[in-house]
Amino acid sequence: MANILVVTEHIKGNFEDISFEMLGLARELAGATGGTCSALVFGAMKSNASQLGAADVVLAADAGDEYNPEEYSAIVESVIKDKSPDLVLIGSTSMGVDIAGQVGTTLNLPIISYCNAIEASGSAFKCTSQLYGGKLNSQVQVSQQAIVMVLAGSADPETGKSGGSASLEDVSAGKGAGKVRFKTLIEPEASDVDITQSQVLVSIGRGVGSKDDIEAIEELAESLNADVSCSRPIVDAGWMSKSRQVGKSGLKVKPKVYLALGISGAPEHIEGMKSASTIIAVNTDPQAPIFDVAHYGIVGDLFDVTEELMDELD
Amino acid sequence: MKILVLLRQVPDLVEDLEVDDSGKALDVSEIKFKLNEYDEHALEEAILLKERGEADEVVALTQEGEGSEKVLYTALAKGATLAKSIAISGEASDSAQFAKLMAEAAKAEGGDMIMVGVQSVDDRDGQLAPIVAASLDMPCISAVTGVKVSGNTASIFKEYSGGIMAEFEADLPAVIGIQAAEQPPRYAPVSKIKQIQDSAEIGSLSASSSNGASSIEVLALAPPPKGEGAKMLDSGKDLLDVLKDLGVA
Amino acid sequence: MSEHKYQDSVQLEQVIVDGMDISGHWNKMFVPRALTQFDISGLEQLRDIPGAESINNCYQCAKCVGSCPVEYVGSYGPRKIYRKLQIGTNLIEDDYLWLCTTCKNCVRVCPKEVNMGEIIPAAREKAVLGGFIPDEIQEMLQSVSEYGNPMGESARKRAKWTKPIKDSIKNLAKAEEGESVDVLWFVGDFYAYHGRGNDAALAMVNVFNRLGVDFGILGEAEKTDGDSQRLVGESGLFEDLANHNDALFEKFPHKDLVVNDPHAYNAIKKFYPGITGNTRNVTHYTQFLSSRLDELKALMTKSFDKKVTFHDPCYLGRHNDEYNAPRELINSIPGATFIEMPRHKEQSYCCGGGGGGMWLDGLVANYTSERLSTNRVREAVETGAEVLLVCCPYEVSRFEDAVKAVNAEGKLEVMDIVEVINACIPEG
Repeated sequence: MANILVVTEHIKGNFEDISFEMLGLARELAGATGGTCSALVFGAMKSNASQLGAADVVLAADAGDEYNPEEYSAIVESVIKDKSPDLVLIGSTSMGVDIAGQVGTTLNLPIISYCNAIEASGSAFKCTSQLYGGKLNSQVQVSQQAIVMVLAGSADPETGKSGGSASLEDVSAGKGAGKVRFKTLIEPEASDVDITQSQVLVSIGRGVGSKDDIEAIEELAESLNADVSCSRPIVDAGWMSKSRQVGKSGLKVKPKVYLALGISGAPEHIEGMKSASTIIAVNTDPQAPIFDVAHYGIVGDLFDVTEELMDELD
Repeated sequence: MKILVLLRQVPDLVEDLEVDDSGKALDVSEIKFKLNEYDEHALEEAILLKERGEADEVVALTQEGEGSEKVLYTALAKGATLAKSIAISGEASDSAQFAKLMAEAAKAEGGDMIMVGVQSVDDRDGQLAPIVAASLDMPCISAVTGVKVSGNTASIFKEYSGGIMAEFEADLPAVIGIQAAEQPPRYAPVSKIKQIQDSAEIGSLSASSSNGASSIEVLALAPPPKGEGAKMLDSGKDLLDVLKDLGVA
Repeated sequence: MSEHKYQDSVQLEQVIVDGMDISGHWNKMFVPRALTQFDISGLEQLRDIPGAESINNCYQCAKCVGSCPVEYVGSYGPRKIYRKLQIGTNLIEDDYLWLCTTCKNCVRVCPKEVNMGEIIPAAREKAVLGGFIPDEIQEMLQSVSEYGNPMGESARKRAKWTKPIKDSIKNLAKAEEGESVDVLWFVGDFYAYHGRGNDAALAMVNVFNRLGVDFGILGEAEKTDGDSQRLVGESGLFEDLANHNDALFEKFPHKDLVVNDPHAYNAIKKFYPGITGNTRNVTHYTQFLSSRLDELKALMTKSFDKKVTFHDPCYLGRHNDEYNAPRELINSIPGATFIEMPRHKEQSYCCGGGGGGMWLDGLVANYTSERLSTNRVREAVETGAEVLLVCCPYEVSRFEDAVKAVNAEGKLEVMDIVEVINACIPEG
């Protein structure tokens, strides 16, 4: 029987997807072992507790509404002490890095980072971590109370939204020493898109043919919630700005999904996008080197594929 | 204002990585190590603070061993004021224990701010910054892309997803996990490094491992399962299914 | 005399020239006009740098501007550098320092021997030491110092391209000292790591073997020749690279040292000796093959019925006066019709890759209307040629990109001369 605690994350009053993903994983583990799954929320997020449908219990801590590494770590620490969960799931994220390391050290708990899969094995847990830039996977087993840092994209966020009873419980918790103070949130500048930060990129190459054709690509990008990037010939032609160029003399990008349309895949381009988690290539040339690095490929005209996609999306 | 920068050498991902005979650990016999790229950013940020007059001293620290001199001389050539290698007796069995040894050395050296790279490719058992901070009872902020120091406090800019940032104020001493410096790490010209090698001294520190057994049992280390090249799809409809599976459509 | 703003003048009381008294109002000299009263501190700083002294010779005749390949697609020329220096610009911190491709065309026409080929690297050396390095160059230097090649590829994978022909090539990387070959072949970065370079490298191996040449490569032990690093001002790194490579040349006795990259040729021939004290018998592959022309012609029995043109690499042509060797080879291609481009030999245009330009596309783009390679490919297309021949490994990828940029795909192909030679040799 495993009791799992999920430490949720939020920005500007909304739970981050990682919260639901972790909750989905926790729900499954709790189900498999006949245990419970609880979610820890901070401050005003208490009023959104019902969104965490997969949790059996939502623990609401009295805290500042904005994340504070010192305060939130102190809260997590005292909740772990109080509730003694078997496993604590924390995001492998900007906030999670602060909390996991500090709480793990103070409470002397093992930490397993970069985890994308967890399974129960008797009273122990087996976790898979992505190490060395994703080149090797490490599988470890832990049979005591531990912290697992979960990578974004490890589960479908939808799985965290239902399946539990989500009763609410207020918890009183430590506050921290006040050495760190939140000042303000800073929104990204609206001037142009920073493609190095994009989660999804629709990237175009020479295959596009003319500047006017880019409009169709922009429509596709919009419906995929993606940004548009390109290879060098497009910038050389003056069709897109330098800030959109991926590759050796452009920017290096690491989106979750990189959709390469009409890009042949010169080494100079591949250098800039090979770190994308999933690469999908559309090219008329079946020998195009882009297919060597792509995870999925379609041999065909990029506009045919774009049109077909748009039809399907509508 | 004295900043300590903790530098780590990590396996260079340009090389093909292989697993040793145990099937559980990296084969390090043939591998090339290089300075952790996030640590380069930490060093850069520290040197920028010194150049802006917000810090007086930048001390570069790294574990003594193969390549450590090169790391330290390069740090001096870039603008660190002092460099020390840390002799570690015993062996750190995981990244958490390693972090505690670094904390011990940092404590012996003493400083107002400790800067490290936010993560490394092999820190499976927890990240350096928060573990050092907790060990020394200092506040810690990670994923930082900018620092301003004024008196005994620092303004710290932390990056969230989607380009949103948060500004925090922290009392010093504090530990900062650097995501990216305010400018790309500078290049140290070879002639400058050689000049430093002839003139500068590298100091030494020590830390001893308690060598406690890790409570994590490693079962296997292996390349992720991978298909042969691209999986070819027939139509835009198939592509949409893939995009849906990836959660972007 | 009317009131005039230039009326201030100096007039000597007495002037005697060659014993003749020429005192009088005709030797009156105006006080320098405001127009020429410049802050020349930038000029003074530059001419004080060892190697950059000749900037002081410039009398602004602007011959260089007409010859500069960058000026052709933008607004930059050596005289414009001089002008900037006159109005107080510190070149060390200015983007203009990085626009020169060191093609040496201005040096050819300058009546005052202002040598940009020496001024630019000297000034860049100061910039590099001072930390004024464009990001793109910084990344390239980091890669070279870390891996020995500018691509940032693993040094261990430098001989990976030989995999399909392992048995027909002697890799000396792990050989004992003293292992000798007739030809020590310095393969170079682009042949070793770039996909299109690999094609040329494999062609080269076949041509060597069909000629019966006893040759060996340095494989994983080889590092980049360093010429581009020298030209962007990283002289310390260049010195290390020269010493490293020359020690390998010393280790494996050979008659000829053959290189395919004109930059390697230039560095080993002219600049390694100053560092290592050793002179090597280095030849560019076009020179080596043209010295075996009769044997080669006997092998080249397949016809290559295409119109071809040729781009002179700056570092083979203007820098080392070799214009004939590649032409001898091209004229031996059975079936080919050779058309020269208007700008050829001494007046050849520049591909834009030299002097670090290979890694400055981003910065240069801010000052030019199109890439130099694009301009060159337009010229090649104009000649009606179907194939643009090159003999510098930098150029294949640059020109192939340019072919796409001018919509000439299918019309113009870019090939290394050795690829065509190999295509003319039937299997056997």
